[in-house]
Amino acid sequence: MDKTIESLSEAVAAIADGATVMIGGFGGSGAPIELVHALIDRFLATGSPTGLTVVNNNAGNGHVGLAALIEQGMVAKLVCSFPRSADPRVFTERYQRGEIELELVPQGTLAERIRAGGAGIPAFYTPTAYGTDLAVGKPTAEFDGRTYVQERWLKADVALVKAEAGDRLGNLVFRKAARNFGPLMCMAAARTIVQVSRIVEPGAIDPEHVVTPGIFVAGVVEVPDPAQEELLNRAGARYPEVAA
Amino acid sequence: MSARLSNAQMAWRAAQDIADGAYVNLGIGLPEMVARFQPPGREAIFHTENGILGFGEAPPEGAEDWDLINAGKKAVTEKPGTAFFHHADSFAMVRGGHLDVAILGAYEVAETGDLANWSTGPKGVPAVGGAMDLVHGAKRVAVLTDHVTRDGKPKLVKRCSLPLTGVACVTRVYTSLAVVDIEGGRFILREKLPTLGVDELQARTGAELVLPDGIGDLVAPEL
Repeated sequence: MDKTIESLSEAVAAIADGATVMIGGFGGSGAPIELVHALIDRFLATGSPTGLTVVNNNAGNGHVGLAALIEQGMVAKLVCSFPRSADPRVFTERYQRGEIELELVPQGTLAERIRAGGAGIPAFYTPTAYGTDLAVGKPTAEFDGRTYVQERWLKADVALVKAEAGDRLGNLVFRKAARNFGPLMCMAAARTIVQVSRIVEPGAIDPEHVVTPGIFVAGVVEVPDPAQEELLNRAGARYPEVAA
Repeated sequence: MSARLSNAQMAWRAAQDIADGAYVNLGIGLPEMVARFQPPGREAIFHTENGILGFGEAPPEGAEDWDLINAGKKAVTEKPGTAFFHHADSFAMVRGGHLDVAILGAYEVAETGDLANWSTGPKGVPAVGGAMDLVHGAKRVAVLTDHVTRDGKPKLVKRCSLPLTGVACVTRVYTSLAVVDIEGGRFILREKLPTLGVDELQARTGAELVLPDGIGDLVAPEL
């Protein structure tokens, strides 16, 4: 078994128009910038994929990564908890013009919906959002004297995730708080593509330390020195780069 | 003598109620400041939604690691004993009742304990983050806020006019003028600035303040 993929373009080649794509990261931490930019490259060359539903905690920052994906008009709907950032203009302007749909989900509910999608649990009950606008229209039920809101699982066609190291079997370790939604999204997508800073030999990751077991991963592509969204934004970067 | 506590003094006051060994989540913005004022000899463990327990203060500028941030996307540091985990585990800590205290900001808090802190209405872009989970998870949910808005309107109100974050979830409010508990659907005044009359405080509060015997002085060191 060898899940390694040679190039970023190959890694994103199979993502179809209208697909639901989970993109890892919390703000810039854990954002798979290179995979997202490879998807933009494909779109610029072929006009596809477009009409995507993207699941991410946020809505992008500046003009790189997820914000750049939105800026290209590739995203029809965003499922997220916090569509604000230091520079959220790309999303905000499209949202206010009605060009992008927003499904706002409390952060813990978003995480658990993704986990449930990966774990084969179609619905669950949570106290979160009970009595608020975000629970309107959702079934509720009382358990042991307290009322809970029913939430549905969330699954995706593809997950794009960033990890620190992976082997050819797809076993992963993450880096610090860049782990965030990564392990959950790996579970919840029909096809999970992971960019890793290092591809290592099987066994190089101590089995006790494997965070995401390879069964949840379809492909691993090496990006040795990945960009940090925060640093790109501080440098005023745009994707694709605008010629000076 | 100042007419209100500074933000740092408000944060200091909230920090005095955090017990040794407590697991604590601090909301984005003003509540984050509470971590700076842990009383000596007490060790609180701070939780952040994006998957860290036991993080340390901000690194010096230029030394940031942008994989090591808090929920406000500000750089933090590791300490001996820091733990990383994914988002579902992070919110299991929240919803599962494992946090001792969550301290959040507020647009409005009602005498019923209802909190509004995520949406200012239909204009603008709504953003909820982890607030709706936190208000149902921590054993104690407190609010840290100015007593009134910038326009001087009460933030402690009878019923929230803005979209709710949670129903009947807040039990204590630390403001720039007072410490108020919420019990049985009433605001109970526990402490107030010694220079401030009860009538004056009531005038800046949008619901009745119940006055128990022995209202304490709200005093904080110069910070």
